[in-house]
Amino acid sequence: MNNSAEILIIDDEVQIRKLLDIALESNGYKTLFAVNAKEGLTLAANHQPDLIILDLGLPDEDGQIVLKRLREWYKKPIIILTVKNTEDEIVKALDNEANDYLTKPFRTQELLARIRTALRNIDRNENEPIIKFGEISIDFTSRIVKLKNEILKLTSTEYNLLSILVKNEGRVLTHQYLLKEVWGNNYSDQTQYLRVFVAQLRKKIEEDSNRPKYIITESGVGYRFNTS
Amino acid sequence: MKSILRDIKKENQYLISIVSVCFVAILCWFTRDYLDYKIVGYLLLVVVSLLAAFLDIFPVLLSAVLSALILNFLFIKPYYTFHVSDAEDSLLLFLFFLIALINGVLTHKIRKAEKILQIKEIKVNTMKLYNALLDSLSHELRTPISTIMGSIDTIQSKTLTISEENKQKLYSEIEKASLRLNHQVENLLNMSRLESGVIQPKMDWCDLKELVYNVLDSLKEDLQFHKIVVVADENLPLFKLDYGLMEQIIYNLVFNASQYTPKGAKIEIKIQYNADIDFEYNPDKLMPCVITIADDGNGFPEAEIDKVFDKFYRLQNSKTGGTGLGLSIVKGFVEAQNGKVTLENKEQGGSVFKLFFPVPVMNIKEISNE
Repeated sequence: MNNSAEILIIDDEVQIRKLLDIALESNGYKTLFAVNAKEGLTLAANHQPDLIILDLGLPDEDGQIVLKRLREWYKKPIIILTVKNTEDEIVKALDNEANDYLTKPFRTQELLARIRTALRNIDRNENEPIIKFGEISIDFTSRIVKLKNEILKLTSTEYNLLSILVKNEGRVLTHQYLLKEVWGNNYSDQTQYLRVFVAQLRKKIEEDSNRPKYIITESGVGYRFNTS
Repeated sequence: MKSILRDIKKENQYLISIVSVCFVAILCWFTRDYLDYKIVGYLLLVVVSLLAAFLDIFPVLLSAVLSALILNFLFIKPYYTFHVSDAEDSLLLFLFFLIALINGVLTHKIRKAEKILQIKEIKVNTMKLYNALLDSLSHELRTPISTIMGSIDTIQSKTLTISEENKQKLYSEIEKASLRLNHQVENLLNMSRLESGVIQPKMDWCDLKELVYNVLDSLKEDLQFHKIVVVADENLPLFKLDYGLMEQIIYNLVFNASQYTPKGAKIEIKIQYNADIDFEYNPDKLMPCVITIADDGNGFPEAEIDKVFDKFYRLQNSKTGGTGLGLSIVKGFVEAQNGKVTLENKEQGGSVFKLFFPVPVMNIKEISNE
């Protein structure tokens, strides 16, 4: 794991910066801090950090705009940290290509887990033919999914849904995104398909489909494939 | 009725006063040969008094003047002139006008006093509510803050030597206190969202079973000593509801049950729907979706059942803390989705919260076969 990664934190709250400084440094990360959008954009450009933690409520600029401007050139993970916990705001941030989000108050362990996942995903080779998570393995070339070494019978929709979740492991995928990717553009508001197929998929891959470990619901926002 | 009439526009008030005086005058005019003009005077007085009870002062004064003129013109001899020949009639007309005026003015004054009293009453009620809020807030927010500050002081103290075990205990108290604080702030934010009327439910297809288990998972610390039962069909259809609001509703109700029932109590969450429906999906057709949350604790005191959904209401002998906001938020969120919530005690002990929503329903079999 890449623990010497450099992380840029853009947050105007001094308490949060202090907390993150201690939490991240003691976990071996290097930290950089910016107190507003302007400073954040400059630091990001000058230092090219491995990951950015961005607060949406900045004093000089709307966080969503900062996110958009960063995404014009910055390809590495951005995790949103915000007190605005409305679904609309979160979906908007994810649409603006944030990798993940956490709402304040958050647990440090949770943030560290999200950072690890986000950094792990950069290291992964995009064209890996087989991905394994715990007892599940997916072979993308032959479209075969195995659970505990036994081949799982999945419909093609189920397979498409699972593979897109797995390929974006740890990342929150919005309802709209999943519907467009799996069912097509005309289905972006037909959430019923997603609900039903997620439930079906869970019955096949989860030990207890009522207490899922892999496909996690992000309420009102979307789903996340979780392996930590 | 009064309040409706008082909201009538100014112009319409004048119109009403003119029309009603004229109407009664015309009726009397037809019966002029049988009816003494003094009786007509009394009738017109009644009209003015009635108008005074509902209308503003100026339309009432207008009706007083108008009725005096009409009485003189149409009913006091000689007819069709404003001339009064008889001294007695002059006196009568003068008295009529005076009584009508006094009547109008007095009624108006009484109403004004009444209004001031009402405003005062509202003010007193707001103050009461405000005090209740301050009471519960200062208690509910200050208790965890004191815990946090006290624990930190103890840990930081240079004169004390604290065992590692006790330190761990203090850390866990700080954690619990901050979670409690967070929960209360969440409630307050939700309450103010409700109060400001900004809640616009986003109705979308919900897998209620998933939602319930999700909520139970987030409450697992509070529920570790309870027996939890979820009753729902294997092929539960999808219901069109607001996922976020539903989560809060179920969370608050289950959390409440966990706080007010003894260890080992059973909490049952049941989702029911009309199983006979032919599942031809029709977006306009609303079907009942009923969610019950029942426990086998001690139930609610019968006398207080009606009040538990009121803002800041807390049970008389409540031992656990609470702002009294949880259940009023439930009610607000349920009603925002056109639903209803009721509370009953079970005969065999314990309480049942029943949520009823009329919603579009979709059969999942139709979709999964596609």
